[in-house]
Amino acid sequence: MRLTRAQQGLLDGSEGEVVQRMMRLLVRLGEIYGAEQMIPVGSVQVAGVSYKSIKDPGTDFLEDMAAKGARVKVLTYLNPAGMDMENWEEIGFPADFARNQIRIMEAFKAMGIVVTATCTPYLAGNLPRYREHIAWSESSAVSFANSVIGARTNREGGPSALAAAICGFTPDYGLHRDENRKPDVVINVVDELHSSSDYGALGYHVGKLVKSQKPYFCGLPATASTDRLKALGAAMAASGAVALYHAEGLTPEAELMDTTGLETLTVTRADLDETYAKLNTGDEPDIVILGCPHASLREIAEVAQRIEGHELRKPVWIATSRVMKEAADRMGYTATIEAAGGRVVADTCMVVSPIEQMGYQITGVNSGKAANYLPGFCKQQVRFANIDDLIGGQK
Amino acid sequence: MIRGRSINPGLAEGEAIVSPEPIGFYGGIDIDTGIVIEQGHSLEGQSVTGKVLVFPNGKGSTVGSYVVYGLEKNGIGPVALVNRETETIVATGAILANIPCVDHIDIDQLKTGDRLRVDAGEGTVERV
Repeated sequence: MRLTRAQQGLLDGSEGEVVQRMMRLLVRLGEIYGAEQMIPVGSVQVAGVSYKSIKDPGTDFLEDMAAKGARVKVLTYLNPAGMDMENWEEIGFPADFARNQIRIMEAFKAMGIVVTATCTPYLAGNLPRYREHIAWSESSAVSFANSVIGARTNREGGPSALAAAICGFTPDYGLHRDENRKPDVVINVVDELHSSSDYGALGYHVGKLVKSQKPYFCGLPATASTDRLKALGAAMAASGAVALYHAEGLTPEAELMDTTGLETLTVTRADLDETYAKLNTGDEPDIVILGCPHASLREIAEVAQRIEGHELRKPVWIATSRVMKEAADRMGYTATIEAAGGRVVADTCMVVSPIEQMGYQITGVNSGKAANYLPGFCKQQVRFANIDDLIGGQK
Repeated sequence: MIRGRSINPGLAEGEAIVSPEPIGFYGGIDIDTGIVIEQGHSLEGQSVTGKVLVFPNGKGSTVGSYVVYGLEKNGIGPVALVNRETETIVATGAILANIPCVDHIDIDQLKTGDRLRVDAGEGTVERV
């Protein structure tokens, strides 16, 4: 790997032991993946934040890094934590879990990382531009940044993202390079999609089909919102390992791509119905959790409108970033949702929070990603359906 | 002497413990005892502490990197890691923990009980 004089200096210890260690990590990963150089990154998003995911070994590591003076050089955000960092006690997150989660957040903050914990950094103040190189971790955020924005990132692990933040660059391989961003297969969607969960079902189905290939979608409606594309990409990254997709007329690099000669797979309503049937493992849910990936303000407003004046028969949570929650508070959406018996939960996510320890067994979701992960990570049965079926009300 | 590639430099000498199958550190090795706990694994019940741990590659959760680090920090880690192909989980763990690590080694030539010297800076493994 060719390093600049300054980069070689870091590897030789010019900025101390922590930076040297992080630099060595980047160089070795670059060598493993065949990178020839480092490229500066505009921002970083670090995964491995929930105590449920990283446990004591990860917590000790982060505290050790902070104590040794590790500091980030670029704008760095976090993936969701294991609990709402402000209302954890009231919501019922276990106290010993909370203690460890707080240790983790304090270590990150000491390193200069913005302790905004979200899988939608692009909705919360960390927005890359087209073709900007970044080092993000969370699979749905990676998919959104690469596909919808046209920024460039591989799917980083927690430590490699942290290393990029501390050094300010990342090895130049994979999706950072033009030649690796071309589509491998065309997905022709022939039937209409009606809801966010339909996009999740489509993503789940296609992720299973194409695994880590890069799909090129035809037939998605020109009106598809960023919320819908967020749901699509999240499910594809969860059921497969799709880190980049193109969609004709919707994503910025699609028109640059040549699809001549690629295999075409057709997706019909029957494929989506089959996906719903496969992901539904439970009947009547104990709790409904929306906001996977984290809800946008528009999605929170829609739920508020649906349940205004109703009395919910079971708990409904909407997970979101702290930034969106504050806007929802100001608009009165949070109050409306709480008056109906629901909750807007910030900083966390159902998949990385200990919901199985909180007495829930069947969770209702409208997210293909959540439906994919909840059985394994949270020992939940899943009811995967659209928001009409889950909470009713009028749009 | 077998020549491979340096993943994380350092010198170590110790008894080999060889796994013919990949190791998933998270949920696979107990961080407080250094004992392999994955059910049905060929090393189940054996300790990696103080050993040169030889295995083809890592597998499983990326939290495994932190387990490698935690074993070292608890003073019960292996003294070196020798792989056929080090993937990112193990490479990251070895570098975070600063454990000597070498890959591109034909591990079929090594067996449990061999006394090995690893020069991970040079990328070499030899029987002593």
